[in-house]
Amino acid sequence: MRKVTLRNLVAHKVRLFLSAFAIVLGVAFVSGSFIFTDAMGSAFSGIISGSTADVEIAPEGANEFDSAPDGRTIPDSVVADLEQLDEAAEVDPWNQVQAMYVVGEDGKVVGGNGPPSFAFTDTDTRALTGRKITTYVAGDRPTGTGEIAMDVATAEKGDHQVGDTVQLVTPGDPPTLEVELVGLVEFGEGSLGGATLTLWDGQALQELFFDGERAWSGISLTAAEGVSQQQLRDAAAEVLPEGVTARTGDDMVEDNEEGLQKILGFLNTFLLVFATVAMVVGTYLIINTFSILVAQRSRELALLRAIGASRRQVNRSVLTEALVIGIVGSTLGLGIGFLLAQGLRALFGTIGLDLSTAEFSIEPRTVLVSYLVGIGVTMVAAYLPARRASRIPPVAAMRDDVALPEASLRRRLIIGTVLLVAGIGLMIAGFQVENGTTGLTMIGVGMLSILVGVSLMSPVIGRPLVALLGATYRRTFGTVGQLAAQNSQRNPRRTAATASALMIGLALVSLMSVLGASASASTDKALKAAITSQFIVSNVVGSPFSPNIAEQIRDVDGIEAVAQFRQAPAEVKRSRVFVGASDPDDLAAASDFPVAVGSMTDLAEGAAIITPEAAEEQDLAIGDEFQMNFPSGPVDLTVVGVFGVNASVPANYLVSLDTFEQAGLAPLDSFLFVEKTEAADADAVRADVDEILKDLPTVTLQDPGEFAEQQKEQIDFFLNIIYALLGLAVIIAILGIVNTLALSVIERTREIGLLRAVGLSRRQLRRMVRLESVIVAVLGAVLGVLMGVAFGIALQRAIADEGIDVLAIPWDRLLVFVGLAALVGVLAAVLPARRAARLDVLRAISTE
Amino acid sequence: MTHRAETLGLPRSDRRVAARTVALRKLYGQGEAEVHALDGVDIAFYEGEFTAVMGASGSGKSTLMHCMAALDSPTDGRVFLGDTDLSSLKDKQLTELRRDKIGFVFQSFNLVPTLTAKENIELPLSIAGRRPDPTWFDTVIDTVNLRDRLGHRPNELSGGQQQRVACARALMSRPEIVFADEPTGNLDSTSGAEVLSLLRRSVDEHGQTIVMVTHDPVAAAYTDRVVFLADGLVVDELRNPTRESVLEEMGELTARAMA
Repeated sequence: MRKVTLRNLVAHKVRLFLSAFAIVLGVAFVSGSFIFTDAMGSAFSGIISGSTADVEIAPEGANEFDSAPDGRTIPDSVVADLEQLDEAAEVDPWNQVQAMYVVGEDGKVVGGNGPPSFAFTDTDTRALTGRKITTYVAGDRPTGTGEIAMDVATAEKGDHQVGDTVQLVTPGDPPTLEVELVGLVEFGEGSLGGATLTLWDGQALQELFFDGERAWSGISLTAAEGVSQQQLRDAAAEVLPEGVTARTGDDMVEDNEEGLQKILGFLNTFLLVFATVAMVVGTYLIINTFSILVAQRSRELALLRAIGASRRQVNRSVLTEALVIGIVGSTLGLGIGFLLAQGLRALFGTIGLDLSTAEFSIEPRTVLVSYLVGIGVTMVAAYLPARRASRIPPVAAMRDDVALPEASLRRRLIIGTVLLVAGIGLMIAGFQVENGTTGLTMIGVGMLSILVGVSLMSPVIGRPLVALLGATYRRTFGTVGQLAAQNSQRNPRRTAATASALMIGLALVSLMSVLGASASASTDKALKAAITSQFIVSNVVGSPFSPNIAEQIRDVDGIEAVAQFRQAPAEVKRSRVFVGASDPDDLAAASDFPVAVGSMTDLAEGAAIITPEAAEEQDLAIGDEFQMNFPSGPVDLTVVGVFGVNASVPANYLVSLDTFEQAGLAPLDSFLFVEKTEAADADAVRADVDEILKDLPTVTLQDPGEFAEQQKEQIDFFLNIIYALLGLAVIIAILGIVNTLALSVIERTREIGLLRAVGLSRRQLRRMVRLESVIVAVLGAVLGVLMGVAFGIALQRAIADEGIDVLAIPWDRLLVFVGLAALVGVLAAVLPARRAARLDVLRAISTE
Repeated sequence: MTHRAETLGLPRSDRRVAARTVALRKLYGQGEAEVHALDGVDIAFYEGEFTAVMGASGSGKSTLMHCMAALDSPTDGRVFLGDTDLSSLKDKQLTELRRDKIGFVFQSFNLVPTLTAKENIELPLSIAGRRPDPTWFDTVIDTVNLRDRLGHRPNELSGGQQQRVACARALMSRPEIVFADEPTGNLDSTSGAEVLSLLRRSVDEHGQTIVMVTHDPVAAAYTDRVVFLADGLVVDELRNPTRESVLEEMGELTARAMA
């Protein structure tokens, strides 16, 4: 029996390869996700441990994994106190400035949109790893405010050599600096993951960015011999002033790792969701392939039964085939996953995340998961066909044409309806659940259940569409078209399963494009309400910029008002909120955020104007006092106003600039709302402002329309990534069409021979196969797009209060999808059609 | 070798040649395994005649028919259909030739399962994008006696009915010649007789040229002429055969082979 199984595998190499391919792709996605996030984890772990000293001292709440830029400092006197400690071998005070960009020789910011850019005080601190955090590989240490050192990778990317004059974009005043590059350093752990690092002489950063005050962002301590981290920390804590904390390096690493793992976990889950989609689609392909193989071999299987094989043996024989395919597919998938991870590295490289030195290793967990998923899915998918195979009666061996016992369409309809209803129920329930993850999971499972339900029902649901296509075919392509349409209906289940694979892929693609279009439309609407000024100055990346820019723009002729707007995250009663800060007079002059209760002018220090949503959520009214928690600690605020319902303020709470700085947040602007005088010429004003901004590649002046376009570009960018990830599922679905067609061609060899014998030309034959393929593809696409639109509408309604409150259905794009699907059908038919056309007429006729 | 042909008379002078072969050879395999399926066959089939090709298994009768019907290409020699030399034609022209000038009836019916009887009958014409001549259609349908079965699909028809559909399909395009490969091989004797007499009628009533490969002396007795093949060569032929004369000839050939 085993010999029969193995012979079969060898005999049907090509078709089995095609179905194994689905497993290969799915497993590759799974293993690639793990390998990539592992590599990313190890790279960032290296950065964390390679940049942390034995004990780190910083203002409370600063220097956390997700801290916002922090303006607070530690007085210099603390350094002297720490130097008195016997436990400390080294005391290295440092300053840190975030958002300090290096401009490359090409005039563009090194690293572009992704990774962070830091300026640090140059120190010799040793990291936990025992190596120095930075080591000089060329040139000298910088001295004074006119010299810097930078990391080798940044210098290479910016094409800078030692001795070059380098332009920097700073978050301070002045917003740009020209300095001489005097030294190059290597980071102890090799790679900074694409981050930009500039190193400065002891007090240079203080002079430039801390008002010349002799104060530090943090202090790194190295323990003396025989002193533990904990001992050093305890000793240091004794001499620290209030509001400044000391933490051991191990603690910091642990905390940071936790934060890191959270992000990586999210990324991994994100990728695995798409891997799951690919696997579900692959399952259809495998079920279909095995069903067809079993159908074609039914006579042979019956013969085995007739000569004494038990049902179980037949069943096991089919399942053994599946096992072999699962093992082979998983192994290949694991290998390709490794390559896929390299591909992801390149992809992330384009947005500035540099993992060129990261190690890509295949962990035992990755291997285990890959095989479990690959073999598991294959076996599950082969189960039904195997069971059907075992039901073939022995007497079938004696008959001429064997019809497999098949469940009636009615049973399918019933199961499909149950799944559909259950899925809808789950989705509705999922929308009600407060807990985000549980709710999302329920919605996801609900959608899957609906998709499977519809795919079960699709032989019936699809009938009118196929009939319509068939009628069109007959009219357009005559007999060839009629034959193609009828062929597609010979095995409604087969056609449905093949189309369903494509349907699932396209349903998700359509869902995403509905959500994407809705997000774009909502952004458009929100921005139209939010930006009432003539111009807005913003940073492309969204990172804050120097307040000096606002000062300079105010001096331009024809400018009426410039409102600085700052943003930061904070907490009110344990829930995360966005706090904005601006000068009330400027804001009133440059934009139009109607205040319903109270007045904008009351926005003094310690006052807040809140949105109606925030008022409702936190149960706050005018005159109420509440606490807002910043990394530096709580700040007491009084509600002095509530915005009107239509005021699209880019924050939940608005405070004054003083309050913002008092909370220890760096005085950096996120936007500037710019209003010109009525008399001024817009183009002239624009030209003048552009002149100010020309040295600042990261900051741009736009009118509201341009700004909205830019925001929408970001949505599109994200959407394109998702399309690419879903693309894999679509590719598997296309393979499914190829596979089914190829198998159908083999099955109909005799008939094809006959058609050729009675005069069907090769061309007509190819067209017939092609037309059948198009029917399958279009059926899948139409069902998929319809479901995607339905899902999209449901999800948009569900998250309407999260900001996506406009429903937009991009019909033109969806039509393009259907058109592309038809094209895909044509392409999928190329090989099977060629194969059919090449059949030797004589042999085809005499084939049994 | 054709002493009988002489005594029984050559074809009437008004009969033109519908198809003929010249020194036709067909080799299969190479070296040791080389088999001469046809070893230099010269034969002509005449218009308006019903000819049977007989011979033991492996005598080359099926290969001869496949080569003449443009389904297979000979190793050497020529095949003429009317005045057309098949060896000069490309695949596309051969396809059109099969479609327009040749009709087929197979042993195992070979109908398209998704099409109705009527659609199957019209298939070669509709592939060519032509409509059947309604009078001729009626004539053929009456000849095969299938009027009440036209809307049925092959799996709703008996074997004999399916083969009659296949015959109707072969006749519908008014081909110059119909090749039938053991058309009664899969049928019981009653259905077989129906099919054979319908072929006979189409020769008598419509002047159709038919070449039929068969094992069965009863089937051969329906024809005008029987050609005997052995070891890839034409060894004998009979005119106006009867079951008995065919059996006698077959016995003789077997005896000769044994000797």
